[in-house]
Amino acid sequence: MINRECGVYKTTYEGDMALYPVPLARYSALAALAVLLLLPVALDSHAMALVNLITLAAIGAIGLNILVGFTGQVSLGQGAFMMVGSYTAAILTARYDVPFWLGLPFAGAVTAVVGMFFGIPSLRIKGLYLAIATLAAQFIIEWVINHSPWISGGAQSTIYIPTPSLFGWAINTEFRRYYMILPVAAIAYVAALNLVRSRVGRAFIAVRDRDIAAELIGVDVFKYKLLAFGISSFYAGVAGALWTYYLKIANYEHFTLATSVQYLAMIIIGGLGSVLGSVFGAVFITLLPIVLVYVVEGGASLFGFQYAAIADFLANLRLIIFGTLIILFLAIEPEGLYRLWGNVRRYFRLWPFSY
Amino acid sequence: MAFFADLVVNGLMIGAMYALVALGFVLIYKATSVVNFAQGELVMFGGYVAAALVTLYHVPLVVSVPVLLAAMIALGFGVERGVLRPLVGQNVISVVMVTIGLAQVFQGLAAMVWGAQTINIPLPIRLDPYQIWEVYISPINLVAAVISGMFLVGFAYFFRRSRMGIAMRAVANDQQASMAVGINVRLVFALSWAIAGLAAGIGGVVWGNMLGVDTHLALVGLKVFPAVILGGLDSIPGAVVGGLLIGAIESAAAGYIDPYVGGGTKDFFPYVLMIVALMIRPYGFFGREIIERV
Repeated sequence: MINRECGVYKTTYEGDMALYPVPLARYSALAALAVLLLLPVALDSHAMALVNLITLAAIGAIGLNILVGFTGQVSLGQGAFMMVGSYTAAILTARYDVPFWLGLPFAGAVTAVVGMFFGIPSLRIKGLYLAIATLAAQFIIEWVINHSPWISGGAQSTIYIPTPSLFGWAINTEFRRYYMILPVAAIAYVAALNLVRSRVGRAFIAVRDRDIAAELIGVDVFKYKLLAFGISSFYAGVAGALWTYYLKIANYEHFTLATSVQYLAMIIIGGLGSVLGSVFGAVFITLLPIVLVYVVEGGASLFGFQYAAIADFLANLRLIIFGTLIILFLAIEPEGLYRLWGNVRRYFRLWPFSY
Repeated sequence: MAFFADLVVNGLMIGAMYALVALGFVLIYKATSVVNFAQGELVMFGGYVAAALVTLYHVPLVVSVPVLLAAMIALGFGVERGVLRPLVGQNVISVVMVTIGLAQVFQGLAAMVWGAQTINIPLPIRLDPYQIWEVYISPINLVAAVISGMFLVGFAYFFRRSRMGIAMRAVANDQQASMAVGINVRLVFALSWAIAGLAAGIGGVVWGNMLGVDTHLALVGLKVFPAVILGGLDSIPGAVVGGLLIGAIESAAAGYIDPYVGGGTKDFFPYVLMIVALMIRPYGFFGREIIERV
């Protein structure tokens, strides 16, 4: 939030290491948390569904940003890793009656193992080659899941799961689902913030900025690359598992290459190497098609078109605008929404006495 | 044995198409070090333009082909000038992402302008296959292979003999040095996109004739990656060999493995091969070996 560190003296190590050292920042973080907790009071279930989608996307985006933004390993396999998490959760819950709060970390762990396996090529290759290798991961995982009846549940590769519940409460409305997703997202967010300022996070950044120099100062590059793949895939797995518990269905069509591209777009538009930026990106990319529908529907009804007539047009327009936005963002503001937010913050830091 | 020969020969024909598309890809990578994720969409665009001209507007083929080639060259120039030039010097992720964004725009535009239904490109080529020994070869595959072969030989000649071709190789080797000796690097960048567009356009016509033109045509772009990794990301002969190899291997793998797993081998086997290639020999058969120990 908006930092005005004037008059804040850090006199203890704890004070220096605090996540929000400035009181104003601490209060605004708490206020943001309160707003998030009270969101269901203000919104109807339709808007709540959107918030849920955004929160789910944010978890996946934070995970991908740890790998791409902080460690500099381009991955086009986020969709596939989410798919692994989704099916793991579905299998555990549908066949072994595992409750969702146990299924989540387990799905994350399984995905982390798979992710680390596909991270092994990063030992020898980097940059573009790695991007292409993770593209292969996307196709291979998709194919394996689709062609193993034991994993995919046979027909249409779809597994249905019963409504998840906690302490006898069935999580069956958008509001209750929000309270299932929000704590996970909050933990994911704070964990990522703390991770990237720890020893491990600094090692990630060193690997990203100059791997040879990182090796020279004693960072085990391969170990940290694998770790980044593991953590990122853990996030992806948890996000995928939450998708399953949210929709009560596991289906590979939710996690195709297009999904991977979307997540990559989120962190690029949000800001590479920024946890908050991933959230911005998730908000932006999730809301974009919905806002577009409203705008085009409004425009179309002005000219007397029916929705059915413009559905195709809308799908194509969405692709075009999505692509154009990515290109424009990269050309004009390569550091993304987080940079814009930072500009606002910097302006108000000394406001109104900027000089 | 005949079964195997049949699979391999037909795979090689498809592989010639892959080689042509891969050639455009490698060309762009060599000259501008951009990995073009929109190569498949360029192919799709070529297919759509051809289909629109021939089927929707009934333009005779003799006129359509030059118009198509001109359009593809213009598209290549346009993309380089409008989209890629502002990004010179950006990091790898950004450039990859821009080409992905470009791919999305193409997909949306093509479907919006020409509709989502499949359009056929009728070419005056006979349909029933030739039989040589026990191998069946369909004429369109043969024509595709011959066209690809002609283009590949043409490009090889262009790169060895022509002034511009040599300039392009120089830029691929070292941009600063070629600037210093007076090569117009920007022109080379634009030209490599134009040539990639040209190759994709040819690919689009032939591929579109075989499969019918719709947005799925762009999927060929994803097959390019195994081909170029196998051959070497920055090697033109590598693209050709890689394309042919991937075509033959995926066809053979599909023939033998498909009955046991219920199809889809073609969509995944090339990538397994690619992962193996990346682990053992990331620079491919002919790629320039960059030794870096980290």
